[in-house]
Amino acid sequence: MFYGIDLNTRLMLGTAQYPSPEVLRAAISASDAEVITVSLRREGPGGSGFRDILQDSGCRILPNTAGCHTVREAVTTAHMARELFGTPWIKLEVIGHADTLQPDPFALVEAARILCADGFDVFPYTTEDLIVGEKLIEAGCRVLMPWGAPIGSGQGLRNIGGLRAMRAHFPQVPLVIDAGIGAPSQAMQAMEMGFDAVLLNTAVAKALDPVAMARAFSDAITAGRLAREAGLMPARDMAHASTPVFGMAELLA
Amino acid sequence: MLAPYCEGESAPEVIVARGQSAVDWWAAHVPDVTRRGTLVLAAPRDAGELDRFARATRGHGWVTPDALEPAISGRFARGLFFAAEAHLDPRAALTALRMRLLAAGVAFRDGPARGRVVDCTGIAARAALSDLRAVRGEMLELHAPDVTLTRSIRLLHPRFPVYIVPRGAGRYMVGATMVESDDAGGITARAVMELLSAAYTVHPGFAEGEVITTTAGLRPSFPNNLPAIRHVDDVIHVNGMYRHGFLMAPALALDLVSVLAKEPAHAH
Repeated sequence: MFYGIDLNTRLMLGTAQYPSPEVLRAAISASDAEVITVSLRREGPGGSGFRDILQDSGCRILPNTAGCHTVREAVTTAHMARELFGTPWIKLEVIGHADTLQPDPFALVEAARILCADGFDVFPYTTEDLIVGEKLIEAGCRVLMPWGAPIGSGQGLRNIGGLRAMRAHFPQVPLVIDAGIGAPSQAMQAMEMGFDAVLLNTAVAKALDPVAMARAFSDAITAGRLAREAGLMPARDMAHASTPVFGMAELLA
Repeated sequence: MLAPYCEGESAPEVIVARGQSAVDWWAAHVPDVTRRGTLVLAAPRDAGELDRFARATRGHGWVTPDALEPAISGRFARGLFFAAEAHLDPRAALTALRMRLLAAGVAFRDGPARGRVVDCTGIAARAALSDLRAVRGEMLELHAPDVTLTRSIRLLHPRFPVYIVPRGAGRYMVGATMVESDDAGGITARAVMELLSAAYTVHPGFAEGEVITTTAGLRPSFPNNLPAIRHVDDVIHVNGMYRHGFLMAPALALDLVSVLAKEPAHAH
């Protein structure tokens, strides 16, 4: 459950950098995504033409504060988003470094505290750091969004051990892998590890065929989730024959 | 820019196919169309973008940039060259076109439209075209006589492609941003920084240049980012040129002629 909302499909799709709004709409459709993210910081109130197209998609809108570098910017952008879209949902990004787009965990926790107190449902874009995660929960967040890798890098899950530890540390908190996913196999891996959803943008938007890639991610995420629920076999060091060795019929020479 | 193949990176095939004739059309109708192709480059850390661009486009070959543009010798290990592309100065081209039409006896009038109306007013026609939206673009012009580039350079950047187009006499156009916004206000500081930093990546000599003009404009765009001819009430609209005004105008004009030719009783 994401702030009381149950999602049937677990791909959340970003809406930037597509060849056209028409291709974007087709990709959303092909992905079966129920949640799409939208940035506001740069477009501002003047972006209504594009926003209308997104709202027509019928998806739940998760506005984001992409491009914000300070608590104040992020809080202001969140308020603008609530007004424009009429939703308390906000994907909170406070960027610490323009080059790596790494989240600033200190400003993130501060902004999360302000927005949660103000009635927002905050989806914080964070690292896999457990203490930051705890502080965000304490600030009022009911979902965490750890990065897989830096935004737009397509590196996949860069710190598998850290992400496993995070999953184990927050068993009851919905965790969404956000950013850094480049291939469907990486998204599937996140779902197999027990993450609740995957949010991605560039890997679909910049594919040579975004609509087909949206379908590929959707299928991978469905498969990964199904595999997790079905119970994955543990890896073994040695071979283990799937048919018994003893008691087999001996063929006559 | 008359860059049908480069635009194919994100535009559908129809732009690539129909845009190709634009180079010949402009070269035949206005002076100073420079047919020296487009050189596509990427900073070393964005080298992967170049491979992606090559996969997404056609009409190109791999080159050593030094051989084509000695001014940037040693700065880029490889580049993609689109030999069939060209560039022009849009304002100079429109002025030349107008002179040519005047010489041919075409009358230019101001004031309210009358008779058979073909509306080509871009974003100003938004009230009549409900699905037309604005995509903001920002560009600047530099006077950098120390830099001696002879053809359009396109620098790949993870967020938007930057073009540097020589306009003669040491002048260069650097553009253009892409923002989903109908804000027609002046260029933002961020855009200036991003465009200049891209220019500086191509040639440090741009840092010594003089910024002559900055411009922000709104690209009229339909949801599929393709131009179209539409009939609304008694008006024919030619709109939605998006990034492809000069590239698609000749093709759209031919379409318009055939639309008008089919009209019955089109007599004045």
